[in-house]
Amino acid sequence: MTTAPASSTSTESDAKLKIGNHILGSRLIVGTGKYDTMELMKDSLEASGSDCVTVAVRREKLYDREGKNLLDFVDLDRYVLLPNTAGCYNATDAVRVARMGREILRSLENPGADWVKLEVLGDTKTLLPDPLATLEACKRLVDEGFHVLCYTSDDPIMAVRLKAAGAVSVMPAGSPIGSGQGILNPNNLRIILEYLKSDDPNYPVIVDAGVGTASDVSVAFELGADGVLLNTAIAQARSPVAMASAMKHATIAGRLAYQAGRIPRKLYATASSPEEGLFTSRPR
Amino acid sequence: MFTIEFNGQSREVNEEHTVADLLRETRVEARFCAVEINLEILPKDQYATRRFCDGDQIEIVTLVGGG
Repeated sequence: MTTAPASSTSTESDAKLKIGNHILGSRLIVGTGKYDTMELMKDSLEASGSDCVTVAVRREKLYDREGKNLLDFVDLDRYVLLPNTAGCYNATDAVRVARMGREILRSLENPGADWVKLEVLGDTKTLLPDPLATLEACKRLVDEGFHVLCYTSDDPIMAVRLKAAGAVSVMPAGSPIGSGQGILNPNNLRIILEYLKSDDPNYPVIVDAGVGTASDVSVAFELGADGVLLNTAIAQARSPVAMASAMKHATIAGRLAYQAGRIPRKLYATASSPEEGLFTSRPR
Repeated sequence: MFTIEFNGQSREVNEEHTVADLLRETRVEARFCAVEINLEILPKDQYATRRFCDGDQIEIVTLVGGG
């Protein structure tokens, strides 16, 4: 069991987010891709308040050895790394990449060596997940002892299948990766949350992909999501550090609002000021 | 001399060449990488002893930014 350091994105009375063997101080997980510079990434990660960051596995650039390594800019004592299988289009490749990520994290002695963000995509234009290949890869990785955090579409039936296959967290997309469209189908997310948590209230459901701005994060938490994973919305914002801070506050706001319980929506108005003691006229 | 395929490119190595030699020559930091030979991950404790066979396919990977 690893316990991440306490983070300011966690509200004091709130239970910590537990995924597999990991307990996270922040409910916001952020990616490390698409930043203009490594320095900007480092500052943005810090501003986000997150203690868990995703990373990708790629070939060493053998002819650019003067280039900076990501790992020189990510404090391994502070962040749990979550390696992904991004860029894989079949189960065999995803399993191969997951093993490589685990091997690197083991040599770094980072606690993230036991888990993987599984992503098996269907095509390069939409980057939508391939459900059949995702399920197959999930089963194979679970058999190999991985704790699988599984990226999927917002289809409730698929989410149920992935949980049954042993995923430690199901991570439905709000909208396509990097699209910034936010949560397109909140009702599907509601159904996913209801189904996956009906016999297991603490089962973590994380909205992964599609966030465009801070309000999208708050909406995810208000719906009852346990966490949000995002990358592009911070990295490609005009000011990534400021947006990272906005995401941190949106996480706190959305989670608190969910716990506080919103009022029901009503068609007509109800006055906030008393009717009693009115001394002015009103329409009939 | 053998020809191996190293990160998608062919490369000549001699019989005495080990994985550790290859990492040194290419200035790859072992701690930051994983080595796969013919689709099997090579344990770190074998880097200094594992020599190459003709046609071996080597992949050396590291972590990069991703979401």
